[in-house]
Amino acid sequence: MHLHGDKPVDGNAVAGLFREVFALDLTTASLICAGCGAEAEIGSVRVFGGTMGAVFRCDGCDEVVMRLVRTPDGYWLDMQGARRLFARKVG
Amino acid sequence: MPVTDAPRLQWQTAEVREIVEETPRVRTIILDVPSWHGHKAGQHIDVRLTADDGYQAQRSYSIASAPESDHLMLSVERIEEGEVSPYLAGEARMGDKFELRGPIGGYFVWTIATGGPLFLIAGGSGVAPLMAMLRHRAAQKSTIPATLLFSSRTYDDIIYRAEMERLAAADPHLKIVHTLTRGQPAGWTGPSRRIDSEMLVSEGFAPDAKPHIYICGPTALVESSARALLALGHDRALIKTERFGPTGL
Amino acid sequence: MSDSPVTRGFKGRRGPQGPASRIPPGQHLTTDFPVLSAGPTPPIDLASWSFELQDGDTTLGEWDWDEFNALAQTDVTVDIHCVTTWSKLDTHWQGVTIDTLLEAVGLAEPPGPFTLIHCDGDYTTNVPTEDLVDGKAMIATLYEGEPLVGEHGGPARLLVPHLYFWKSAKWVRSIVFGETDDPGFWEDLGYHIYGDPWREQRYAGD
Repeated sequence: MHLHGDKPVDGNAVAGLFREVFALDLTTASLICAGCGAEAEIGSVRVFGGTMGAVFRCDGCDEVVMRLVRTPDGYWLDMQGARRLFARKVG
Repeated sequence: MPVTDAPRLQWQTAEVREIVEETPRVRTIILDVPSWHGHKAGQHIDVRLTADDGYQAQRSYSIASAPESDHLMLSVERIEEGEVSPYLAGEARMGDKFELRGPIGGYFVWTIATGGPLFLIAGGSGVAPLMAMLRHRAAQKSTIPATLLFSSRTYDDIIYRAEMERLAAADPHLKIVHTLTRGQPAGWTGPSRRIDSEMLVSEGFAPDAKPHIYICGPTALVESSARALLALGHDRALIKTERFGPTGL
Repeated sequence: MSDSPVTRGFKGRRGPQGPASRIPPGQHLTTDFPVLSAGPTPPIDLASWSFELQDGDTTLGEWDWDEFNALAQTDVTVDIHCVTTWSKLDTHWQGVTIDTLLEAVGLAEPPGPFTLIHCDGDYTTNVPTEDLVDGKAMIATLYEGEPLVGEHGGPARLLVPHLYFWKSAKWVRSIVFGETDDPGFWEDLGYHIYGDPWREQRYAGD
């Protein structure tokens, strides 16, 4: 695919990939950046990485808060850049 | 329709029921989906196409139809890049089948229960999820004050123009403002520039009214509008953005 | 995946397969130059730019923009292969080879068997030292005769064309030699530690 891969999308665009991994909808979960403490709904966080994987970067400080990669074998999730995540129950 | 989170998101096969040419660049694809459990206005689906040698391409599209609609509608722009949009906007015809999964994403969602006022800002085919919100609002006969500020290239590029005129004419609580950035018909009295701070003030709601704001369109439009709204004093928590952007995730 | 129905009329926009001698397995030709970034494109600021060669914590050499461009320049024409399955033939680059940098700091032999490449935006990638020397890699500053633009890694990117292109790190700022092969940004998250396109080493375990 020929992508403008330097332009971010929103975390909301990763919703399908999230739902392959998690039972809850993570786009409405809130995430706190371990670097600057900024809190944001995951759906609003800028995502880079094009088709290699989802690289979530904090709006406050540009640091990586979360990364998610799908490989043929499974899913790789890194949350070193996040201090806390809260996902609300549905219904 | 009640929306429940299925335990797993399953791919299912949809069939093209009808195609509507909205503008020279955008067409709406109306789909039959065998087991659709409803959606909320603003949600999207993933589309997956499979070539005869097994090669697959995937992309997300916002749902343009209201939750109350019997059929699922996608509005797709003929863009040069990517693989899925050129197919859907060009090659696809009635009876064709492809896979989709959804609805997905609870972040960029508006329902009557979310409340208002509702301030929608769109550029080009970014209007699709916002149209789902207006259609939902109309289907519910809601009187929540709503404004759509819609940036199109030219008059002929205005997606859903006739339906918007109908909706606005029948509804004193709904205002739709078009701005045409690349060409205006004779006698055009509306704005003819990119969406800016002044336009957001004159057409939108004051920060004190605490409008729920949804912005969808090209990255530049989304980011500049969001920045301007924050500078005007709107609450960050009430501003939801959806940048266009192909994603294969 | 194999259960998916075929979509009539959909072929994908894959370029031609190209000559098997030059296109690794699973790759397709492209004539444009797709961009893929793990973060926002940093503004180019040549006045504050520097490049460093390090052995662990020890600085072996550091160059500002003018000093770096005064080093011996090398031209190459190479094929590049992105793990997202595009390949591009006959790309022309100019820059400074890693051999030249080692020579400039007075080293006959590289100081360690592995490297970690550091970039603006906290991007890293790991490359064995032997894949950087003997003319196999350079810090490139010109692409097709023009200064490298920001979205493609300008002002300077690593160029290791015989490995998947994520190894050719954009916005490169230092090479750190070490004794261990520590995974970089993508290698740490499911991508292959080495990334040889001819052995289709895309993901960990390939």
